[in-house]
Amino acid sequence: MPKTIIEKVWNDHIVNEEKGKPDLLYIDLHLLHEVTSPQAFEGLRLNNRKVRRPELSFATMDHNVPTKNRTNITDPVSKKQIKTLADNCQEFGVPLAHMDHPDQGIVHVIGPELGLTQPGKTIVCGDSHTSTHGAFGALAFGIGTSEVEHVLSTQTLWQSKPKTMEIKIVGELEFGVAAKDVILAIISKFGVDVGTGHIVEYTGEAIKKFSMEQRMTICNMSIEAGARAGLISPDEKTVSYLKGRTHVPEGEEYDALVEKWLGYSTDEGAVYDRILEIHADEIEPFVTWGTNPSMGSGISSHVPYANDYDDVSDREELQRALAYMDLKEGTPLTDIDIQHVFIGSCTNSRIGDLRAAAEVVKHRKVHPNVTAIVVPGSRTVKAQAEEEGLNVVFEQAGFEWRESGCSMCLAMNDDIVPPGERCASTSNRNFEGRQGAGARTHLVSPVMAAAAAIEGHLVDVRTILKVHARMEG
Amino acid sequence: MEAINQHQSIITPLDRVNVDTDQIIPKQFLKRIERTGFGKYLFYGWRFHEDESKNNSFVLNNPLYDGSSILVANHNFGCGSSREHAPWALLDYGFKVVIAPSFADIFYNNCVKNGILPICLEEDKVEYFLKNSKDKRFSIEINLEEQQITDQNGHLYSFDIDRYWKEMLLNGWDEIALTFQYDDYIGRYEQKQKSSNTTTRG
Ligand code: SF4
Repeated sequence: MPKTIIEKVWNDHIVNEEKGKPDLLYIDLHLLHEVTSPQAFEGLRLNNRKVRRPELSFATMDHNVPTKNRTNITDPVSKKQIKTLADNCQEFGVPLAHMDHPDQGIVHVIGPELGLTQPGKTIVCGDSHTSTHGAFGALAFGIGTSEVEHVLSTQTLWQSKPKTMEIKIVGELEFGVAAKDVILAIISKFGVDVGTGHIVEYTGEAIKKFSMEQRMTICNMSIEAGARAGLISPDEKTVSYLKGRTHVPEGEEYDALVEKWLGYSTDEGAVYDRILEIHADEIEPFVTWGTNPSMGSGISSHVPYANDYDDVSDREELQRALAYMDLKEGTPLTDIDIQHVFIGSCTNSRIGDLRAAAEVVKHRKVHPNVTAIVVPGSRTVKAQAEEEGLNVVFEQAGFEWRESGCSMCLAMNDDIVPPGERCASTSNRNFEGRQGAGARTHLVSPVMAAAAAIEGHLVDVRTILKVHARMEG
Repeated sequence: MEAINQHQSIITPLDRVNVDTDQIIPKQFLKRIERTGFGKYLFYGWRFHEDESKNNSFVLNNPLYDGSSILVANHNFGCGSSREHAPWALLDYGFKVVIAPSFADIFYNNCVKNGILPICLEEDKVEYFLKNSKDKRFSIEINLEEQQITDQNGHLYSFDIDRYWKEMLLNGWDEIALTFQYDDYIGRYEQKQKSSNTTTRG
């Protein structure tokens, strides 16, 4: 019987199957970071347990790390959390890319970069954006700290088999439309809980044409649609991205792997529990105006009216969001002034994102009312960008060029948007207070963020792009 | 974790949809390396104004609901970040049961692993609870073994829960200790994997 990639990977990892119980699944790769792991290691210590397969674990520091002066962590509690991870990794033998290590970066940027992420693997991390790794055809999902402890000590997890869902992007994308716009449009069309209880496979011509980085942007935000995980069947692009990476074998072993990897792709005629479709020509550059990722519209649109909604609770939710965002119903989106621009996060901080944004800001200046920062997703991305001179392009335009980390995506370090101010951000969450207490977030693609930095308000990047810029975001 | 079976309390109504874990426990409080002590930061941005004074219009600050250990909320409760600090904060604050028409997957799991009973109940029943507890003390009693809720008016409601999670909660089991009983299976899987030379290279 033809199978989806979701079923294939799942079935390959069942350690035990029993009626009336979730399946016991084997975990191939466990990624860790400083925020959601300390209590798990503490649990091991209290119960005198060890890490079953430290070599299948990999840790880094990303959420808390300073992006300006690496050696100066001002907050003693952050400092302690970072030190705790280093100590735990040493005690339990878990490989770690320390803050100062050249491989350091946001956990979902470095996994693929190092070739740890591979098709057909089960990958977990105490972080909901673990779905990013699904871009490679891995079954990757976020877990809580108790589950982190469970994986550390048993290398398995009890998981109920989720339903399968296909989200198909029909047709071709128009010029100036980025991967970020596609996923924001999907979430806006189907809602923040459409994926609950499901694993999503993204399909369609547009997905096939996307680079691996663009695919990561799509899969990254699966959780914002409530999905347990999101993935894409591997193809030649997946394989060639991985070739030669640190943790990918070479020679014959590699050839055998490639065959195995491609075999995970969804079979012709496989059946999903649910199928959703979106037409590529419905999608234009997108921005959010509200306080969850589904509250967004195409840039040519306006802030909705309460009367657009039939349901009372939807109307109340809109009004609450607009009160927080300090926006009036009917305001054209391009009239929204912004004071901050953040290009970064596990959604959009890879080299392709930075190249695309740099293309927009080249020979232009950041608007005087705007503070703009670029935070590369990893030290590798940073080094590559510097080699290409992108840092110079950004700095000449008036952007700050920072060290890698999560930074203003969740503002756990010093990169905080002040209360009442607006940020055009390439991150993934516009929740209340996400970028700082009282801060107002507008989610956009890297090129849209770059355009907003130049103009000082939200703007359709297509009006700025005179030349066909490389749309990689 | 502590076992839970029968539980009785008045309801705290939080009539909002899509309550995300960033609201349940804001990120500035995620730096602690312990599991305890998060209760005072629960719903921080809603309980307190920017100047840290109390927001009296928020339901948790209404003395009417003092002593409540059952939170009732609307659709998609616990969406967003996987932070287990969210159930830790709820538990530390005193909530043992959360009722909603739907939950985000990771949050649901995180509750169960900490001895919080998440109950998925049909929308009209949740609406009824929300309505009856608005500005009023409204008490319900939960029996997990029977999968039933009785409200103070004597109405009876039944709810579904996965058998496995139910047993975990009823017994307060340590899941890792349970999984250790499957050690042979795990070992065998690893052997098989090694011989088929799969993708798992560190
Ligand atoms: S960049 Fe943001 S969303 Fe991604 S892992 Fe870091 S904090 Fe989470």
